[in-house]
Amino acid sequence: MPVTDPLFQHHKHCDEIFASAEEACANGDWTEGDEAFARLFNQLETHFTSEEEVLFPAFESETGMTSGPTEVMRGEHRQMRDLLAQMKDALAARDSDAFGGAAETLLILMQQHNMKEENILYPMCDNALGATSVGATLVERLKAS
Amino acid sequence: MTHLIALGFMLQGMCGALFQFIPVAVGGNVWRPKLVANTVQPLLLLGTLLLVAGLSYSRPELLSAAVPMFLLGLGGFVVAVAMALWRTPATGMTLWAMRMAIGGLAMTVLLGSLLAEAVAHGLSLPIIELTNVHLAWGMGGWALMLLAGVSYHVVPMFQLTKPYPDWLTRWFGPALLLLVIAWSSQLFFDSTWLPVAIAIPLLVILSVYAGATLWLQYTRRRKIHDATSLYFRVAMLSMLTFSFSGAVFFLFPTFGVDPRFAVWLGVLAFAGVFVSAISGMMYKIVPFLNWLHLQRLGAPMSAVPNMKKMIPAEAMTGQLRLHVLALCLLLAAVWQPNLARLAGVAFAASCAWLGWNLIGAIRNYQKFRDQIRANALHH
Repeated sequence: MPVTDPLFQHHKHCDEIFASAEEACANGDWTEGDEAFARLFNQLETHFTSEEEVLFPAFESETGMTSGPTEVMRGEHRQMRDLLAQMKDALAARDSDAFGGAAETLLILMQQHNMKEENILYPMCDNALGATSVGATLVERLKAS
Repeated sequence: MTHLIALGFMLQGMCGALFQFIPVAVGGNVWRPKLVANTVQPLLLLGTLLLVAGLSYSRPELLSAAVPMFLLGLGGFVVAVAMALWRTPATGMTLWAMRMAIGGLAMTVLLGSLLAEAVAHGLSLPIIELTNVHLAWGMGGWALMLLAGVSYHVVPMFQLTKPYPDWLTRWFGPALLLLVIAWSSQLFFDSTWLPVAIAIPLLVILSVYAGATLWLQYTRRRKIHDATSLYFRVAMLSMLTFSFSGAVFFLFPTFGVDPRFAVWLGVLAFAGVFVSAISGMMYKIVPFLNWLHLQRLGAPMSAVPNMKKMIPAEAMTGQLRLHVLALCLLLAAVWQPNLARLAGVAFAASCAWLGWNLIGAIRNYQKFRDQIRANALHH
């Protein structure tokens, strides 16, 4: 199994939760929206930290590339965290328009980000880290969330 | 008219989209994108105006003047994009579809230039066959190939659908390319059965692609509808209608000889498939690019308006409804000529509204940018 396969699968898992949270809030079902958004927040944070604390440092030390694609991905994680904070505020204010606007922006940013990771960065990581225990560590962290 | 839509609208939008799509989807870097865009766009615009004026007013010198604009502008674009597409380390069928599409664009431009010169100078070339082949490369080898390659990514991405089946993405592009090449053989062979033998499999693969896209949309995880998803649905329904009616025309020559069928198919392809798909894509990409550029100004993220503040949702869905009405009227006008004027007015109004919405997005971008800069000065 490729090293990054757990992260690839986890993208799909986060998409599912995103769709539930967005649908609930658009329909004004705030109880379900609160619950789904909390799961989304938690899962995305786990995903980001798994990459920032496990995958990216391993890739950087193996290849010496510290200011390339991993740096761009870290920057996009920051942007997504900011959008999640906006969604959290909108949810607390029960403002479905503001939630929907931030959610729409997060979705496109997240999908572009995933596309870059899945098509470019993950194959590079799979090549560089095939003989390491990084894959097993990622599975453990994602399972624990 | 056809070239105003194909070159003035479709090609401008598709070339622009490639600058955004190549780095994101296939990890390629277009050489000096600003320089390429700033060179290609004016040449394309000027070439289009010269070509349309030359065709409308039968002025050979204008047609001849348009040719170098296209050869230079689009030739440069093809080289810059092809270099990015062949140098990237990425793999996958989207990349191959884009490589085939850029080859299709090169063929379209070469054939179009030859046609323009042939018409301008009265060269003894098979004009009707050349026009058929030029159209097949432009609509099939370039526009549809690119639409398919892009949709392998954006349909799952915007609507959270399952991915397209592997067999479809693996076979659709190569099959389309082979059929367009086979279609081009009419330049060299005079056969009555060959066009039918090529058109039917072509229409079958079109309906498989359109049917698969509609099925993916129907079973999508994201339940929210927006102008983009509805526009894509209109495009795919138009493609299915194109395929079924095209098959009837080819299989029953008594229908096929009526010149109105070609107009029917043209309306479905241009206004139904491509104007719809491209409008839907622009309604998603333009607000996102606005947001992306605004948040790069360095303001706190909470100060950057989200995508939904760039174009009002009601304006997009209202324009979509008018476009669908215009499409229905255009199709009806093929058989009821007294509707032609009304259909033309509706289509022009729908296009103007699309333009107004997009200009509104640019104005909003400028307004938010100025606000962010003014706030930065105060702090």
